[in-house]
Amino acid sequence: MSTIAANKRGFGSALWDYITTVDHKKIAILYLVAGGFFFLLGGLEALAIRWQLIQPMNDFVSAGFYNELITMHGTTMIFLAAMPLIFAFMNAVVPLQIGARDVAFPFLNSLGFWLFFFGGIMLNVGWFTGGAADAGWTAYAPLSTTSAGEGVDYYVLGLQISGAGTLIAGINFLVTIVNMRAPGMTYMRMPLFTWTTFVVSALILFAFPALTVGLFLMMFDRLFGAGFFNADMGGNSVIWQHLFWIFGHPEVYILILPAFGIFSEIISTFSKKRLFGYTAMVFATVLIGFLGFMVWAHHMFTVGMGPAANAIFAVATMAIAVPTGIKIFNWLFTLWGGNIKLTTAMLWTLAFIPTFTLGGMTGVMLAAATADYQYHDSYFVVAHFHYVIVGGVVFGLFAGLHYWWPKMFGTMLNEKLGKLTFWLFFIGFHLTFFIQHFLGLMGMPRRYWVYLEDQNLDLGNFISTIGALMMGLGTIVLLYNIVLTCIKGEKVGGDPWDGRTLEWAISSPAPFYNFKQTPLIRGLDALWVEKSEGRKGLTPAEPLGDIHMPNGSILPIIMSFGFFVAGFGFIYQKYDLSWLTLIFIGMGISLATMLIRSVKDDLGFHIHKEDLDKEAGE
Amino acid sequence: MSDQDILNPKHMPHNPEKATLEGKNKFIGFWFFLGGETVLFASLFGTYLALRNSVNDGKSSEELFGLGLVFIMTMLLLTSSLTSVYAMYHMKNNDFKKMQLWLGITVALGLGFLACEIYEFYHYIHGYHFTMRSSAFGSAFYTLVGFHGGHVVFGLLWIVSLMIRNAKRGLNLYNAPKYYIASLYWHFIDVVWVFIFTVVYLMGVL
Amino acid sequence: MAEEVSKTTEQYDYEKQKNKEEMKQQVISFALMIIFTIIAFGMVISDLNSLFVIPVILVLAAVQIGFQLYYFMHMSHKGHEMPALMFYGGVFTAFLTILALCALVWW
Repeated sequence: MSTIAANKRGFGSALWDYITTVDHKKIAILYLVAGGFFFLLGGLEALAIRWQLIQPMNDFVSAGFYNELITMHGTTMIFLAAMPLIFAFMNAVVPLQIGARDVAFPFLNSLGFWLFFFGGIMLNVGWFTGGAADAGWTAYAPLSTTSAGEGVDYYVLGLQISGAGTLIAGINFLVTIVNMRAPGMTYMRMPLFTWTTFVVSALILFAFPALTVGLFLMMFDRLFGAGFFNADMGGNSVIWQHLFWIFGHPEVYILILPAFGIFSEIISTFSKKRLFGYTAMVFATVLIGFLGFMVWAHHMFTVGMGPAANAIFAVATMAIAVPTGIKIFNWLFTLWGGNIKLTTAMLWTLAFIPTFTLGGMTGVMLAAATADYQYHDSYFVVAHFHYVIVGGVVFGLFAGLHYWWPKMFGTMLNEKLGKLTFWLFFIGFHLTFFIQHFLGLMGMPRRYWVYLEDQNLDLGNFISTIGALMMGLGTIVLLYNIVLTCIKGEKVGGDPWDGRTLEWAISSPAPFYNFKQTPLIRGLDALWVEKSEGRKGLTPAEPLGDIHMPNGSILPIIMSFGFFVAGFGFIYQKYDLSWLTLIFIGMGISLATMLIRSVKDDLGFHIHKEDLDKEAGE
Repeated sequence: MSDQDILNPKHMPHNPEKATLEGKNKFIGFWFFLGGETVLFASLFGTYLALRNSVNDGKSSEELFGLGLVFIMTMLLLTSSLTSVYAMYHMKNNDFKKMQLWLGITVALGLGFLACEIYEFYHYIHGYHFTMRSSAFGSAFYTLVGFHGGHVVFGLLWIVSLMIRNAKRGLNLYNAPKYYIASLYWHFIDVVWVFIFTVVYLMGVL
Repeated sequence: MAEEVSKTTEQYDYEKQKNKEEMKQQVISFALMIIFTIIAFGMVISDLNSLFVIPVILVLAAVQIGFQLYYFMHMSHKGHEMPALMFYGGVFTAFLTILALCALVWW
């Protein structure tokens, strides 16, 4: 790899390149493609759910299959679509925003992706072996521990594997942000997307181990005859609920905070103003992260924890509205008097503010423990969390996709088609979910596969399904847009939006070593500081020298594959102990690759100064 | 710093584990990982505390636990923590041979601990027919203590492979961080054990 | 790297001396840990009221952990601010988790 000039290569070598890559920008593309695939899969499941509910007593799918659909829709969207898509943008942008050449652990970055990937496949294998998981995405015991077949086993093992990948990714980003910032990039000069990544990575670090343990306990119950959640053996199913939500509530902040970061970048860029109340925004982000750990039991108000516990968790939950409100007002004040440019990314952002606020309002309603007894497990809850997760996270992902697409691929998504996607999806979204608030208040419970005629639920459900179809249509337009953009391949410059942060200071797509010279950061919105002083580029912090780069490696995919193989052994040994061999083979593969990684020196390589000069001359 | 300087440094710095950026990353990242591990073990401890009286007509902790063996195990593990401190002391003084020696003692003590634990489990299973499937208490006990035991096994494999890999070439700036975080891991295993012997065994016989 | 500058003998001796002093503290804390362990086991064997014993042995365990963290794992050294932040973040979450599983689980 001594020459930098990219040659045209065959498909095989490009594939090999992506399988072995440790470059954060390529891993970002891997996350984007894999997450995008699972997003489409989860979307199809959602459409099937809505089609079943288009009319009373419909028989489009069977009751059992409907349970699988709702379970896999939720699980897929949260773990396999939203999380990896967020990681895609974190990988693509965060090292660039802090002026780093790569993440702290490039090898682990790749391992994190492949673990997620194989975990995602594992989750979906159930479809082909007699039924996917069907106990809801929350997999409450004892429904989940007694569910027949292997569906829930695939859920447990799949999430275990992909969860390990997420934990690795979280630690990687934490260390990257702590240790790899360019000179002058103090914490209070970091762009807000980097800040949210930092806080979210800490949440991942503290939240995912609880899920890991919960999944282990469920695995032992289902596959090895343990009795954690089995009342006959003295077990207690409430333990699962606690462990799941100690993870699960921080998880929703893990999803929404990066979206907040994306919106903050976009609002600031397209209002041509620095973010209003930057310090308050950082403070609010940290506070939301902190409070996120103290509210999990609001998912369990009806479990019977007692009025004292319910009251404490109700108050803590309502308190979160305060930092979130700070954020909403800061965004509005950033817009105030700004030179606003209505790009597609900006449209998504503007749509997000009222949509998310609506979701936040219903959140405070649900936080009132006494009222929650009425809302619990009704379509009101379904409407609430789709308003915050779709209206917050998915809007954020679409906004980020349009905003950072030029930086990731060097081309520009068609703005007209982007706006068409926006209007279809935005109107479709509100058609689908606004009416569900009322369906819920009228008493329609969630997770039921049919409803009776003439109970005032017919029209609402019909409207809701039409809205879902519009969202599907919007997604198809987006896909068409992506294909069109890839075929056209029109190159754009490094800074198509007149950006403010470091990633826009280098070419699009970024060179694989990111910055030829590590930049010196002289303020918040580092690139804008240079622009406003009339400079073309960044001020370098070091003379031009050799650049140290990590080596690619095939080991991560093999290691992840080993765990994948072992997963099947764990599941099928419940029928026949000879499947135990598969556990030994799989774990053997994984441990052997770990050993190889440990004993084989990997010092990376250097790009020489002369080659960098040569490239500059081209 | 060139690769040669990392593998054959002319002068060992005072803190060889943090002399390179990679070393610093490993050091910080591993501490963060331990923060996560704390939550992992807390979830297991919480589950155990919730289920420790759910014996379901089976054996209870008072009937099972013998403090003699636990005391020996505790001494073995606490001492192994000190020996790995000695190993790091010699690393800082750049005395590779002594470091390997003390790590060897650490591994020996860890193996002793593991042998005791295996004996204990064997004894419970065959002597008392107390297994993971006996009761919710059984499930929680074997899972918590077994997770710790699994950490001990992994730690031993890790330290031994480091010792064998670097036996011939000595200490350098590339492997010093690896040794250092392996010793952090070993201390953390000891930290968890302190709570296990207190919460599981001592509180279990009260 | 500043540390690449070749060390003088005095510097070398100074560092060695410092390491030695630290080692002494570590041995002392080890001795205290052993003593605490013996006290904890002794209290449990000696049939004292468990309402008294349980808090005491938990405190003894916590102090032992402090020794491990600050002496054996060098958390008292500088450069451990971020590790301390994240580790105590974990401890905080751990505390909430254990509290919930002890107090908020009905039967």
